[in-house]
Amino acid sequence: MTELDPNAERQRIIKGRNRVLALVLFGLAVLFFAITIVKKIP
Amino acid sequence: MSTAPVQPIPLPADWRDFWSLTKPRVMSLVIFTGLCGLLAAPRGAHPINPVIGFTAILCIAIGAGGAAALNMWWEADLDAKMKRTANRALPAGRMDRTVARDFGIALAVGSVLVMGLGVGLLASAILAFSIFYYAVIYTIWLKPRTPQNIVIGGGAGAFPPMIGWIAATGDITLMPVLLFAIIFFWTPPHFWALALFVETDYAAAGIPMMPVVAGHRSTRRQILIYAVLLLPIALAPFLLGLTHWLYGLSALLLGAAFLILSLRVATFRTPANDADMCAEKRLFAFSIVYLFALFGALVADRFILG
Repeated sequence: MTELDPNAERQRIIKGRNRVLALVLFGLAVLFFAITIVKKIP
Repeated sequence: MSTAPVQPIPLPADWRDFWSLTKPRVMSLVIFTGLCGLLAAPRGAHPINPVIGFTAILCIAIGAGGAAALNMWWEADLDAKMKRTANRALPAGRMDRTVARDFGIALAVGSVLVMGLGVGLLASAILAFSIFYYAVIYTIWLKPRTPQNIVIGGGAGAFPPMIGWIAATGDITLMPVLLFAIIFFWTPPHFWALALFVETDYAAAGIPMMPVVAGHRSTRRQILIYAVLLLPIALAPFLLGLTHWLYGLSALLLGAAFLILSLRVATFRTPANDADMCAEKRLFAFSIVYLFALFGALVADRFILG
């Protein structure tokens, strides 16, 4: 069995976290945009 | 020059660890009951916009996730002592406690702000109170102090359908209060059934759950009392003319099954069923089905019969 390189593992975890954070922020931006449009409609 | 061994830097917490902090399984029940409250609300002349409805449910879910993260931050030491929770991110050492606390605060504050700005101030205020109720009144104050922790703390889980209803109507009426009462009276038998078969874990952590403090017999009797009280409360929306027969019949059948399973927990005890806790496990599993089915029937009643 090959041993995991801690640095590579650290990079992989950070990359995964950044991707999820980017997705969440993008989702929130879309949501705020949608709320703004909906609120503007009388 | 120092000869001390170099300590490896611990790996950062994975995004899955953050996700697990929000207690996704509990969150699914919160989303479901919140959505049912929103869908069962009268649609009136101005039905809720789907975007605003989605925002309301998202805020309820994120608020519940934030409260759960704060609960795990506060209880990290207790979780380490219990088999069921020892592998969570904090007790297992995969995440720093302050990170969990800050994550919880960010989710809680964010959800309340978005609810206030996007949905309405009343829904936002009740969401804020429900997070405070769970994180402070239940987790910090009641849970370590009294065996009645579940009874009063159960109120925190009873808020989502009320918030969903208020998000849709902007108003508190009798119906959301009844929805609150249903979950409030459902919580003690649900949790005490669980506490009966994981009692050793709670005892090891020093949490005064009812079976640890009052014993099995008293806990079983109280499960039955709450199951008896739950039946008329669940039937009340029908009896008061707030729903149609579909909900009334469902509440009656589900309540009768709940009562029978609680009776089996409270009576007819033998050394064999004391050992395998089969009746308690069955009641716990059914209690989850009960809540999903009852709230599902409420929405079906509204959509099919008007």
